Amino acid sequence: MELMVDSAASRTVVIINPEGLHARPADLFVQAAKRYDAKIEIIKDNERVDGKSILSIMTLAAVEGTELKLEANGHDAEAALEELVALVSRGFTEL
Amino acid sequence: MHKLQGIAVSPGIAIGEALVMDRERFRIPRRMVARDAITHELERLLRGLEATAEEIQKNRDTIARELGPQYGAIFSAHLQMVHDEQLRNEISDLIREHQFSPEYAVSQVLRRYAKVFQALESAQLAERSHDIFDIEKRILRNLLGHRREELSQLTSPVLVLAHNLTPSETANLNRDFVRGFVTEIGGPGSHTAIVAQGLEIPAVVGTGKFLGDVSGGDMVIVDGEHGVVILQPDDATLALYQREVEAKRTYAARLQTLRDLPAETADGVAIELLGNIEFPHEVTQCLERGSDGVGLYRTEFLYLDPSREPTEDVHYQAYAHVLREMAPRPVTIRTLDVGADKITHAPSPEDERNPFLGLRSIRLSLRNTDLFRTQLRAILRASVLGNARIMFPLISTITELRQAKMVLADVMEDLEEGKIPFNRDVEVGMMVEVPAAVTMIDHFVREVDFISIGTNDLIQYTLAVDRSNKDVAPLYNPSDPAVLRLIAQAMRACNEASVSASLCGQMSSDPLFTAWLLGVGLRQLSVVPSAIPEIKRVCRRLELPYCEQVARHVETLDSAREVKKYLLKEQRQSPHADQF
Repeated sequence: MELMVDSAASRTVVIINPEGLHARPADLFVQAAKRYDAKIEIIKDNERVDGKSILSIMTLAAVEGTELKLEANGHDAEAALEELVALVSRGFTEL
Repeated sequence: MHKLQGIAVSPGIAIGEALVMDRERFRIPRRMVARDAITHELERLLRGLEATAEEIQKNRDTIARELGPQYGAIFSAHLQMVHDEQLRNEISDLIREHQFSPEYAVSQVLRRYAKVFQALESAQLAERSHDIFDIEKRILRNLLGHRREELSQLTSPVLVLAHNLTPSETANLNRDFVRGFVTEIGGPGSHTAIVAQGLEIPAVVGTGKFLGDVSGGDMVIVDGEHGVVILQPDDATLALYQREVEAKRTYAARLQTLRDLPAETADGVAIELLGNIEFPHEVTQCLERGSDGVGLYRTEFLYLDPSREPTEDVHYQAYAHVLREMAPRPVTIRTLDVGADKITHAPSPEDERNPFLGLRSIRLSLRNTDLFRTQLRAILRASVLGNARIMFPLISTITELRQAKMVLADVMEDLEEGKIPFNRDVEVGMMVEVPAAVTMIDHFVREVDFISIGTNDLIQYTLAVDRSNKDVAPLYNPSDPAVLRLIAQAMRACNEASVSASLCGQMSSDPLFTAWLLGVGLRQLSVVPSAIPEIKRVCRRLELPYCEQVARHVETLDSAREVKKYLLKEQRQSPHADQF
């Protein structure tokens, strides 16, 4: 029997797209995050917001060059972070 | 608590619930729901959100299909916002814990987000507040559905907060329930100001943007004395204003005791106190205040219905009502005084870059004589019912005055031919509100029965300042010595020629100027009806030699600031400043 193990993971990313984490990129981020069961949070300095809430993400005002820490908690935490980091790192362009 | 500073345009203090009008004219209903309705209201919220999501999705699909997927992206983001769990939780919490209506809760939560975005340094993110307002509007539209309440269907007292109010909106208001106005734009001469004065409710205009910070149902204080608006006041502020309202009520009751006493100075010089009105029903307010007549009856409201040009009978009914009610007191009816842009029945001017210097008022009437003749016929027909006087606005040259009088003579001839009765000796006068008219006043007074000095426009044209333009509005100053000298000059000419003169701008309603006005020779003041008792009280305390001394001293001053300082000092030092 395969055991479902909750795992926690965190990664750091930098926003590289010139318009920052505004509505459209935040939407893409949330769309991706919602494909996973893991709880996902974004940390900027001392602020921590729900990675599945577009409005909360937008309030971070993460402009180009901002460093964000992504934290995931859940059985698919690693996979979630992998996709999200890739999304941010390529500037939210479509693959 | 949030305090705004605007321009005070109608005095008084009102405390009450906000009715917020955005461009789509929403009224967000009362904010509380019954405790046992909470479950039902939560379901209604969900249905509203789902309907909104569907609507956005449809929009996205249409746009993406027609313009390409990248154009649908912003709707995709909007959709994501409507689905935002955190947002939904925050809204539901307000409904559950504070018994807020879903509309009010949505508005509160979304406006909080909008505010956060507006405060962000990134201009691009700050722009996102527009998205939030857009979503708010959509959700509210879905929540309210057909229950959207119009201003005419108010059922409880409110303070109306809007970006701006159009004449047709204010005309449709249910007057019984509107207790005050606040608009983001506008100046002392704005339509809102005139309507508020007519309704005798406080109004503050030109506050700048604030509708994003307020939800319908919020507690608001409108201080029409100081141009202050307080959103969601704290308890101490609320108590302070409530005491103020109470004190005002007491004072007004005491003023009312002067109603049947004559308006005359302490040394027995008779003063006529007349009312400025816009709507026929305002004669009641004039009569209640013991006014000596109507010094300025603005007739523009008759032209504001865009669907039809007012017929002669529409004019006649309005004038007949006012004249009958006021008889035998004089009623000065001013002919049409708006810009061509304001009325749809006149051909629109081609090149109106400076509306205040353009085709308006008497110029418009002389250009559209059919329109003008209709109004004059109605006034003349009504003239047999009371003491009517006809006044032409914005006269700047003697030729204009003569042309207007010629049209009038022509209309009289028509009536005579048709054997329609009218008062052949109806007095004819002009507004003196253009500096050119003051300069040439010695000629004008030979051709009119009376003049009325319109200070609002006179100030604007003398100082070359648009009082509705926030950037230059401070230059618009009734205390400016240039303006005061023009008024004094006009008064000298009238008194020499024994032509009766009144003053009907906002200045006449301001007790600060009363002594000076009497000092330069005015014996007729036309004021907003609500100001009649207070101006009467002030007149009854003044003695003419003192007023003349004030006028002489003002003549020596060189700036608006000095004039105002001096008049304030005199007002305070007056031995009977607060007595009745």
